[in-house]
Amino acid sequence: MAVASRPASRDPRPKQRGDGFQINWTAILFLLPAALLLIIFLVFPAIFTVGLSTDRGRGGEFSEFVGLRNFINLFTNDPNFLRLGFPPSGALWNNVLWVIFYTFLCVFLGLLIAVMATRVRYEAIIKAIVFLPMAIAATAIGVIWSFVYFPNPNTGLLNALLGIFGIGPVAFLGSPDTVNWALIAVGVWGSVGFATVILSAALKGISTEVLEAARVDGASERSIFFKIIIPMVSLPISVVGVTLVVNVIKLFDLIYVMTRGGPGTSSRTIAFSMYQEAFPAGRYGYGAAIAIVMLLLLVPVLIFNVRRFSSERVTA
Amino acid sequence: MTATAVGAGTRSSDRTFAQRLTRLIGRSPIHIVLGLIGLIWLVPSIGLLITSFRPSSDMRASGWWTIFTNPSFTLDNYLRVLQGEGIAGAFLNSVYITIPSTLIPLVIASLAAFALAWIKFPFRDTTFLIIIGLMMIPVQIGFIPLVQGMRPTGLLTNFGGIWLTHAAYSLPFGIFLLRNFFITLPKDLIEAARIDGASNLGIFRTIVVPLSVPAIASYGIFQFLWVWNDLLMALVYVQSNAAQPMPVKITQLLGTYASEWSLLAAASFLVMLVPLIVFFSLQRFFVQGLLAGSVK
Repeated sequence: MAVASRPASRDPRPKQRGDGFQINWTAILFLLPAALLLIIFLVFPAIFTVGLSTDRGRGGEFSEFVGLRNFINLFTNDPNFLRLGFPPSGALWNNVLWVIFYTFLCVFLGLLIAVMATRVRYEAIIKAIVFLPMAIAATAIGVIWSFVYFPNPNTGLLNALLGIFGIGPVAFLGSPDTVNWALIAVGVWGSVGFATVILSAALKGISTEVLEAARVDGASERSIFFKIIIPMVSLPISVVGVTLVVNVIKLFDLIYVMTRGGPGTSSRTIAFSMYQEAFPAGRYGYGAAIAIVMLLLLVPVLIFNVRRFSSERVTA
Repeated sequence: MTATAVGAGTRSSDRTFAQRLTRLIGRSPIHIVLGLIGLIWLVPSIGLLITSFRPSSDMRASGWWTIFTNPSFTLDNYLRVLQGEGIAGAFLNSVYITIPSTLIPLVIASLAAFALAWIKFPFRDTTFLIIIGLMMIPVQIGFIPLVQGMRPTGLLTNFGGIWLTHAAYSLPFGIFLLRNFFITLPKDLIEAARIDGASNLGIFRTIVVPLSVPAIASYGIFQFLWVWNDLLMALVYVQSNAAQPMPVKITQLLGTYASEWSLLAAASFLVMLVPLIVFFSLQRFFVQGLLAGSVK
């Protein structure tokens, strides 16, 4: 692994009073390029966007202060973003579906493949095959699967297969009832490799003696899986889960390539809505508000990361 | 390989054929499930690959799977997208966008990571925690102000805007990754160089960078593939049609030729070509970068 934790032998930094009051010009020079880019392109725009989210934002500039009206409209008055009812719909609800099903299926299949692959000789090959979508563009994944889902059974593989059983043809991406499930399946196909590789590395860390001892004591493979393997990889599972949830909040490419949020607006996600409202539609204040919602959804993850890394004392 | 598998392997030599067959059948569910998974993960891509080499008249008449009974191949689709549809230009644009967008953050993040790992200054730990926090800022937060701000400067029509934004939004992860690697380098080595009178820049150039090639390579490959595959940032920060990289060009083709799968397939494999080469030749670094990003 590229990053090991800090060797325990390193001494804690000697506490010297007065040390802190000297300006260290070397440190400033090393940090300056990064600080400039981060302040100009991240920090300052973030502050601007927070401000713009409380404005009508005509033409991308401050035009008319509207307070929290953009946010109130988003959550109560915009069926494209959130429509409560039965069943609920809208971009935010779609993201909820994504978070539940995409995250669960990726972790479940990733763990299943990682565990099963250790039992066969072609472990490296199966892992590489499943991991391959991680390397290619979401744009290409979108084209690959739009082709598989194509309604004409003389072109689309899935409808050709269903045709053998006398079903279909089904327009998977053309109906509001199926489109989100079809897209989630593609997302899972693209991300299982990530879960597999991370969880497989974690499984290799479980000592084989523990497993052997359990087997000698007559434990079944099922109880070994649930009582030994799952608890020992629970931290990597939570890390993978958090990363996948972040993927969902930022999900854009697949939606843009495969459906443009359609049919109608039925497969929009938050990140897609942000782009759509801000640029093609030119509703800048509203788009800024969606960007702030994205940021707020990511804040728990941000706190989780900062806590995790500061408690690990990676700082020297 | 686990200890059980090794044990089973050595024992199987003195088993009879019938026993081995029983064992194989007992294990066959695993092979069947993994085989099925392998098929689901390979067949969609292979289907598109075959389609990219089929004449488009064949594509309209029958599915790509009929190629096995009725083979016919052509390079016409590739020639057509490269010449007629401007994919050759888009490929070059992708190169122009990706190389600086990878090298700029690589250099800047290395410098900052070195300061955070080996130079003492006030609020160093706090600075590092802020960097970790910035890792989570979504790119969307900058879209509106940066597009407004860069439009009059012309940065959105040359490649400047996309270089700088890719660099900036990649820095927190890069600094995090590299700083955590730099800190594991032997302290004695760096202290000894300091005592010998080496400057910080000298230590950075002659000790830290040469010893950190694996980590720098992991970050470089990660960033290269990220930028090469990116669609969203290019849609926002490249506003000249002549400067569009391949992912944007493919979505335009998708709009124009919704069911011309032969052309779309050829264009998609051209965008996948570079990542596949990188992936197969440098898989180890890529997986390392990924692991470093999520676990620890």
